[in-house]
Amino acid sequence: MADTKVAGTHHQLGSTMVQIQNVHKYYGSLHVLRGVDLDVRSGEVVCVIGPSGSGKTTLLRCINFLETYQEGRILVDGDLVGYRDRNGKLVPARESEIARVRAETAMVFQQFNLFPHMTALRNVTFGPTKVRGVSKAIAEKRGLELLDRVGLSDKAKSYPNQLSGGQQQRVAIARALAMEPKVMLFDEVTSALDPELVGEVLAVMRDLAERERVTMIVVTHEMQFAREVADRVVFMDDGVIVEEGPAANLISNPQSDRLRSFLSRFADSGHLTRSQGADQLSAKS
Amino acid sequence: MLSEHMQLPLLIGLRLPYQLRWNYVLDHKDWFIDGLILALWISVIALLIGCVIGLICAFARSSGNRVLATAVTIYVELIRNIPLLLIVFIFYFGLPQAFERGSQGREFVLTLLPTPERTFTVALAIYAGAYLTEIFGSGILSVNRRYLDAGRSLGMSRFQLARYITAPIMFRTVLPSLSNTFISLFKDTGVAFFIGSRDLSFAANKVNTDFFRPIEGWAAAGLLYFTTAWVIALTLRFAESRIRWNV
Amino acid sequence: MDVVWENRALLWIGLKYTFKLFAVVVVLGTVLGTLFGIGLLYGNKVIRAVLRAYVDVLRGIPLIVTIFLVFYGPVAYGVDLSPFQSIVMALSVFSAAHMAEIVRGGISSIPAGQMDAAKSLGLTFRQRILGVIMPQAAPIMMGPWTNLAVDIFKSTSLAILVSQADFLFSVQKRATAKGHYMEFYIAAIIVYFTCCFVISRAGAWATRRMRVGIAS
Repeated sequence: MADTKVAGTHHQLGSTMVQIQNVHKYYGSLHVLRGVDLDVRSGEVVCVIGPSGSGKTTLLRCINFLETYQEGRILVDGDLVGYRDRNGKLVPARESEIARVRAETAMVFQQFNLFPHMTALRNVTFGPTKVRGVSKAIAEKRGLELLDRVGLSDKAKSYPNQLSGGQQQRVAIARALAMEPKVMLFDEVTSALDPELVGEVLAVMRDLAERERVTMIVVTHEMQFAREVADRVVFMDDGVIVEEGPAANLISNPQSDRLRSFLSRFADSGHLTRSQGADQLSAKS
Repeated sequence: MLSEHMQLPLLIGLRLPYQLRWNYVLDHKDWFIDGLILALWISVIALLIGCVIGLICAFARSSGNRVLATAVTIYVELIRNIPLLLIVFIFYFGLPQAFERGSQGREFVLTLLPTPERTFTVALAIYAGAYLTEIFGSGILSVNRRYLDAGRSLGMSRFQLARYITAPIMFRTVLPSLSNTFISLFKDTGVAFFIGSRDLSFAANKVNTDFFRPIEGWAAAGLLYFTTAWVIALTLRFAESRIRWNV
Repeated sequence: MDVVWENRALLWIGLKYTFKLFAVVVVLGTVLGTLFGIGLLYGNKVIRAVLRAYVDVLRGIPLIVTIFLVFYGPVAYGVDLSPFQSIVMALSVFSAAHMAEIVRGGISSIPAGQMDAAKSLGLTFRQRILGVIMPQAAPIMMGPWTNLAVDIFKSTSLAILVSQADFLFSVQKRATAKGHYMEFYIAAIIVYFTCCFVISRAGAWATRRMRVGIAS
């Protein structure tokens, strides 16, 4: 972890992995997503920022079809999410197809959502064994490797209620990784954590971004993280993407008034710096 | 005349469809209406007596007196683990017979419980009392200690505390459970006809025994039970929302 | 009390009937009720409406009405059920309605995030329900389910109203024949109480066993 990198320039990005085309979503009469367009390339790290109610979480949940959308298209590696295209119209896809696409997009939640009746290791191996048909032995071997990578190999047999919030979230990340997804979705994963636990989780995410080159779409309030780790930052407000661009530019040099006023709410003090995150990871708590 | 009755499959060997003839019910709707009113009456009285029993037992159990608490527990557990019908039988057949024919004991029982209706009401009240003891018990526990502390510091006796503080406050909490219990009791009156009580089920059964129209009879009774219970439930919900004591 | 003991063979026959009725109804009611409960939560609009009506009606009318309707209804329209089958059906249909409510309540109490996490792993509906939701809902449902089981056992006594020879029927018959009511009733109290008590204890034990995995 010695070299310092400027985010966005250190690796080649692959083909387009996620395509969001003119997506509209309504909650009853509430127009929550008003024509969102976004392409995410393989290996890219995109951070989505914006005020609450802007639709960023909804957009994320649409990508793995935890929410439906009414117009537009969402494609993950060429597969249409949630629907089938019948002559230009969206027709609900079969349950098995939906499940298949969901397996390719792994999500980490704000509330962790670990399965409380399973150990950390079982949480991690459950997806691969049930969905991908991996044998239990192999799944456990890989699971232990993943838990080791997030610094929790000694907690494999622990239950979620025996772990701290930060530990639970790291297990959740391992669980998502175990599915070997094409895209990882992070939904404000540090917002529910005590401040001192935020760093360990961000460090893991940073590791995924820089070492593994996992395609990541991260909804977050952690501006420091966005600035240092993301390739691109997308600013959403009121159901549309207002501004997007290279992380460094967008945050230090916002073009639109809305983004400017949004960013002004974030003071720079108290946020985790890069080196603190790296230390926590290598210490393997 | 034969066509008026249900075509019994056995007579002809062909299964002829049963024609619903509602006139047998409608002609005797007074049986049903009177039966319904009686059922309501029985439920109300059983609920009231049951509440008295329940309140006394609940307070007795929380009093700290071991003997009382055990006695109450025995009563509650006993009643809750045996069928209502058995309790009814005990009061209707068992009690009078427990005393010698012509003895004072039997006379006493027979004056107290002369009719099936009265007997059933008492049995139902004892039955309800057990469940209401539990309801009031948790109601008592739900009353915040600070109110009792305030009362005690004013020098109120145990009885005054119960009467003026605990009871009124818990009333609001237990109202939903009381409503549900009342509706349950109303439905439980359905078995009374077996000992001869002339309630709603009795009417349905009579239509069956007199005219061989079980489906119409019981469907009518079912409809009346359902709608009445529904109306009662709505009314009680409305009443609950009107009582605005937010503790 | 000797008179009760003398007649124990006949009483035992009645008790066996009650046990048989209870066992069949509990199994049927639980299985059907679970399916209905899941349907109530996850079915389409039509299924949910139908199930909602079914549950509300069956819980809104006295069990006795259901028993009589099931006893006489199918026969009149050509479906020939034996008396035992009729009462099994009536009690099962009633129990399933209550079980559906219990399942609905139990599953609803599981945080929505669990379903989200299970979905996002790509699990099918069946895998989600069986692997994630049910294991968490089961301990919650055990309490009400045990109460339902006890109620079912007590409700077998209604068989007497359609002249079926359950335990209460044999108690009443022998008591009337011998003219000694209270003795037989006391025996009945003891039997019913013991059975219900055993059911409650078994349920509590099973609940404890289930919780082992979740809270350490």
